[in-house]
This record gives sequence, structure tokens and C-alpha cells, in this order.
Amino acid sequence: MSKQQPAQFINPETPGYVGFANLPNQVHRKSVKKGFEFTLMVVGESGLGKSTLINSLFLTDLYPERIIPGAAEKIERTVQIEASTVEIEERGVKLRLTVVDTPGYGDAINCRDCFKTIISYIDEQFERYLHDESGLNRRHIIDNRVHCCFYFISPFGHGLKPLDVAFMKAIHNKVNIVPVIAKADTLTLKERERLKKRILDEIEEHNIKIYHLPDAESDEDEDFKEQTRLLKASIPFSVVGSNQLIEAKGKKVRGRLYPWGVVEVENPEHNDFLKLRTMLITHMQDLQEVTQDLHYENFRSERLKRGGRKVENEDMNKDQILLEKEAELRRMQEMIARMQAQMQLQMQGGDGDSGALGHHV
Amino acid sequence: MDSLRQSPSPCSSRPSSPRTPPCEMPASVGIEAVLDQLKIKAMKMGFEFNVMVVGQSGLGKSTMVNTLFKSKVWKSTLPGLGVPTPQTLQLHSVTHVIEEKGLKLKLTVTDTPGFGDQINNDKCWEPILSYINEQYEQYLQEEILITRQRHIPDTRVHCCVYFVPPTGHCLRPLDIEFLQRLCRTVNVVPVIARADSLTIEEREAFRSRIQKDLKSHCIDVYPQKRFDEDANDRILNSKIRERIPFAVVGADQEHLVNGRCVLGRKTNWGIIEVENMAHCEFPLLRDLLIRSHLQDLKDITHNIHYENYRVVRLNESHQLPRGPGWVNLAPMNLAHASAGQLTSPRTSKACKQAQEEPKYDF
Repeated sequence: MSKQQPAQFINPETPGYVGFANLPNQVHRKSVKKGFEFTLMVVGESGLGKSTLINSLFLTDLYPERIIPGAAEKIERTVQIEASTVEIEERGVKLRLTVVDTPGYGDAINCRDCFKTIISYIDEQFERYLHDESGLNRRHIIDNRVHCCFYFISPFGHGLKPLDVAFMKAIHNKVNIVPVIAKADTLTLKERERLKKRILDEIEEHNIKIYHLPDAESDEDEDFKEQTRLLKASIPFSVVGSNQLIEAKGKKVRGRLYPWGVVEVENPEHNDFLKLRTMLITHMQDLQEVTQDLHYENFRSERLKRGGRKVENEDMNKDQILLEKEAELRRMQEMIARMQAQMQLQMQGGDGDSGALGHHV
Repeated sequence: MDSLRQSPSPCSSRPSSPRTPPCEMPASVGIEAVLDQLKIKAMKMGFEFNVMVVGQSGLGKSTMVNTLFKSKVWKSTLPGLGVPTPQTLQLHSVTHVIEEKGLKLKLTVTDTPGFGDQINNDKCWEPILSYINEQYEQYLQEEILITRQRHIPDTRVHCCVYFVPPTGHCLRPLDIEFLQRLCRTVNVVPVIARADSLTIEEREAFRSRIQKDLKSHCIDVYPQKRFDEDANDRILNSKIRERIPFAVVGADQEHLVNGRCVLGRKTNWGIIEVENMAHCEFPLLRDLLIRSHLQDLKDITHNIHYENYRVVRLNESHQLPRGPGWVNLAPMNLAHASAGQLTSPRTSKACKQAQEEPKYDF
């Protein structure tokens, strides 16, 4: 009997070949049919070229009717969350990309509260996914969790600003952070290297956990290993974004035209745009995995431990409970004291005359 | 005898035949020599100029100062190497004496590291305002002494260069708050810093948006329209006002371009020449601050901003009881001022102007 069973599955052409090596193709076909979902959050001060970079990365125009608010409107604004979804198709593979923008971040004079909105948005998405996952019908769970956060660092500073550090520390346990140096055409190569090194030092100093590219497996080919090594060495990426076609050296390239030269977006000697795009595309799956396995699971276990109550309420409850208990104790003590006094008076009253005023309980 | 009678005597009452009146005599009086005397005196005394640079860290303030005065006013401590951003705003002054063609300029540059770098930047302009007012106070103290120095050392800030980050969008709330408060106390020249991150079209769009913002918030930057004295000034200053804020790039390294040695930034895609008007507007800033309007900046600071401060101070100390914190202004000088006898003739015109201006609170 056991001899017959394997005989059924043997490919008549190749002896000893079972055939499950075909599985990745099946997975591939299924996922192509299903399509990919990816949510990218971009955070950074206004004017750092976030929208331009996103448009350049995905070769779309995600913000067709954009009105940049004037200074007077900026004074009253708080941080808002704007999510725009676009479906990109390339060679039959569909990508449903959601870009979460955070206008107003870092604009106000006092930025203490500017990341509360962002953190609550991230938590909300986790919350929703948890709710869906624990629900009865789990067929069509929409994954809106933030898989990756591009944090834009200003090239004009000498490193990370206090706001950058505070924000990254607040979200490094919730989302994969990819730090990006914006508007890199302001910097010469030397300045760029210096800034990158300084940022990496500060990230280490403050124990910020940014997204680390996984090392290439030992069985991958040399090119891939080399590519991964290059990518890892270039973090944080210093990028320039543009969707304008400029004529340079006889061909049309995407770039920025200055009086002193043309900065080409897709030229690796000019900036790290290609590296950023490669990293994003080749590691999209990994980013989703880390979000699922690490950040989401952390969130889930915290949530379930708390048993459905929010953390702030719990603290407040504790304090409230303590205060209430203390108040109760005091009241009971007073009552006991009063009862004792009354009993004494009663006893005395019983001995002496009943001229004592009628006491009421 | 006849000849005597014929020649008219100068003392006769008869109308004399027309003679050449004294003002048309060919020999000149020699008033131009006064200009030379002034120049010689100025060269001997030298000039003082105090600039303050304000802006977030990394906008190239120190480099700009070095480029403006073509000398290493700041020692080249490379930014970011072991110099942490200070937790609070500090003010840091450096004085240098620069000499050119026999003329000495005592230049004081005040830097403001830590401005706008914190998470909570509320009231970050207050240390700057109090520094500026302190300088006015020091000058006032010297001026009201009974025996004054011949030449009062002038530490008042003549010009404040405000560096706007090149976001390309518009002014930020912090910029607006700061500019509103400071334009009343000191001459402010806003500049777009690190302008090499903007293309020419972006630069023009940014500039026009900033100008709109400045107008809508009633921020009067230097050169102020209301201080234009005559038509010539107005024409000259309008040209400058059209280009404010200047888009500047600073560099203190020299590179070889077409056989010439120029100050610039070398990148992979070209060399940004700092003194090339096609690349950036640094020459305009340099001309404004040094070549054409340096004396005007000092005059406006002295005649208008300082006088405003003085009027407010004198009124205050006249009305309020002299408590422990107040300066002990000698009663004799106060009487002089209140009686309308001003201490020096040059202040009279400006004081009238100052009294016409609404009182600012600082």
C-alpha cells in the first residue's frame, strides 16, 4: 500500500519529484489575483517635499487639487490626517496604495501635541484590525494598518531636532520608521555624509528603533547581497523628488533645473532616490510582515492584557478609586466617632437627668 | 579831480551802476573741503556696525556672516561636531575689527543659537527683544550722564537679519510672530536662507507669497516705506522692496570656475556661485547691508527706534514711582526733556517724528 501511494504522485517524467516546488508559483498567482495592499505614512514639517517625493516614487499625482494654505490659516491649524488611496497596476500586478499624509505637523509654535493625532490614528487602525480579526466573518478584512512611516528630516539642521527625536521615540514601537533626508540637493556630498553619520549617531544615542533591512540570506546571489549591503550603508536615504521632465545631455530625465545645473532624480550619483525605491519595492513584503508580526502583535497583547479598558482611563480609575476609598474610610471613621459619642451620652444621660436635649440619630 | 568825481564811491547813496554781485565771483568759498574733513575724521574714528542673525540652526547664518564680511568672523567650528543644540535660546556676540583701504569697521555679530529649535517655541523671541532693549538702555544711560563720553560706545543692534527656511510654501506661524514683534523695535531684513534648494520659479512664487503674508500681517521690514525721505530714496528703496526677501546662499570656500576664483558650493551637478546674480541674490544683500545702506540702517536705529525707546522710558520713569528696579534718571535731565529742551540738536526732528508714531509696547 505504502509503495503505491508515492507512485501516484510521481511526475512520470522525473523520478523522485514530488511537485510541491510549484507552490510559490501558486502563491504568486493567488496574490497577483488578490492584489497587494500597502499603507505608507509620510510625516515631516511642511515644505520638505513629501508630496513631491510620493508622486515621484509612484509616478502618480496623488494631490491633484492641492491648495497650500497661507500663513494666517496655518496659525490656527492642528495636525490632520489625510489618507488618499490609489490603485497602481503594473504588468498585471495590482497594488492598492494608501498614503497617509499629516499636514500641520511641526507647523505650530508649540508642537507638544502634534503627534497625538498621529499616534491615535495608528492605534485606531490596529484597533480596527484587531476587531475585525476577532470577528465572525473574517473573509474580507481590509488591512489599513500603517506598514511603513517615512519620516522626513530637514537637511537644513545639524542632525535630528528635538521634535524628531520625540516623535520617533513615540512611534518606534508601533510602526516601521524609515528616516529620509529630504531636499538633498541642498547638500554637497561631504555635508550629506556628515549629516547621515550624525543622524545615525543620534538615533543610536536615543535608542530609536528604525526599520532595519533584513540581511540577505546566504543562498542569495552575490548581486542581491551586494545590493542589500549598499542599501544598508545608505540609511538614512537622502532624496530629491520631482516629476518634471528636463532636457539634460540630450535625453529627457526627471529632475530639477537650476541655473547652475540639473539635478537628476534617478541618478544614483546625485541622490538616493533609486535606492529608496528599490528598498521599498523589494522589502514591501518584509515591511508588512514586521508590522504584522512585531508591531501588531505587541499592540494586540497590550490590548488584550488591559482587557478592553484604555490606559488613561485605567490610571484615572486607580486614582479615583483610591480617593473614593479614602473618602469612604474617613466617612466611616466619622460615623463611628459620632456613634461612640452618642452612646456615651446616652449612657450618661441614662445615669443623670434627662435634661439633655433630645438627640437625633 | 574829475576822475575822482566820476568814479562812484561805494558809500554814496546814489544808485550805482551795476557791478558784479559777490555771489557770482569766480573764486569758490571752499565748502567742498568740509566733505573731505568729514571723510578724514570718519577714517580716523572708524565705524561701528552691529548685526544680529536670527534663524533656526542649520540655515547657514554663520556661513552667511563669513561670506558677507569675507573674513572668518566665526571660527570654523564645523556645525554638528560636538556642538549640541542648546536647550534654551542663547545670545552669543563676537566683535571683530575689519579694515579695508584704511577704513576700520568694528563689526559685532550677535548669533542666536537655539532659536526655534525646541518642540515648544512659545515666547522664544523674548530673550532677543530683551537683549535689544538692553542695548538701548545702555546707550540711554550713557546719554543722560552729566559728564558724557565724547563718543558713546554704540552696541545697539542696527540690523537684524532673519533667516526664513526655504520651504517654498509660505511663512510659518513662528516667523510671523517674531517678525511682528521685532519690526517695531529694530530694522529687520528677512532673507530666504539656503536658497539653493529652490528653482527660480519656486523662488519667485515663494517670494511673492511671503510678500503677501508680510503685507497682510502689517509687518514693516527694512527699508520701511514711511521713512523714505525723498523721491530718490523712494525709487531706490522700492526696487529693493520688490526683491525682499532676498534668496541667498552662503559659502566660504573658493572654487575655480572658468579660470576665476569664486566663492561657491560645489556639487555633483554644478557649482553654485555666491556672487553671481543669476544664481542667488547674495550681492543684493551685501550691497544693502554694507555698500549702500549701512549708514541708513544706523541712522534709522538711532533716530527712530532708539528715540521711540527713549520716549517710552522717559515717560514711564516720570509717571511711576522710582522703585528698586528702575534706573535712577537724574531729575535735571528729566526737567530738560519735559520742558522741551532736548539734550542734543540732532534728536529734535526725530523726536517729533517719534512722538507722532503710536507708542509701541515692547
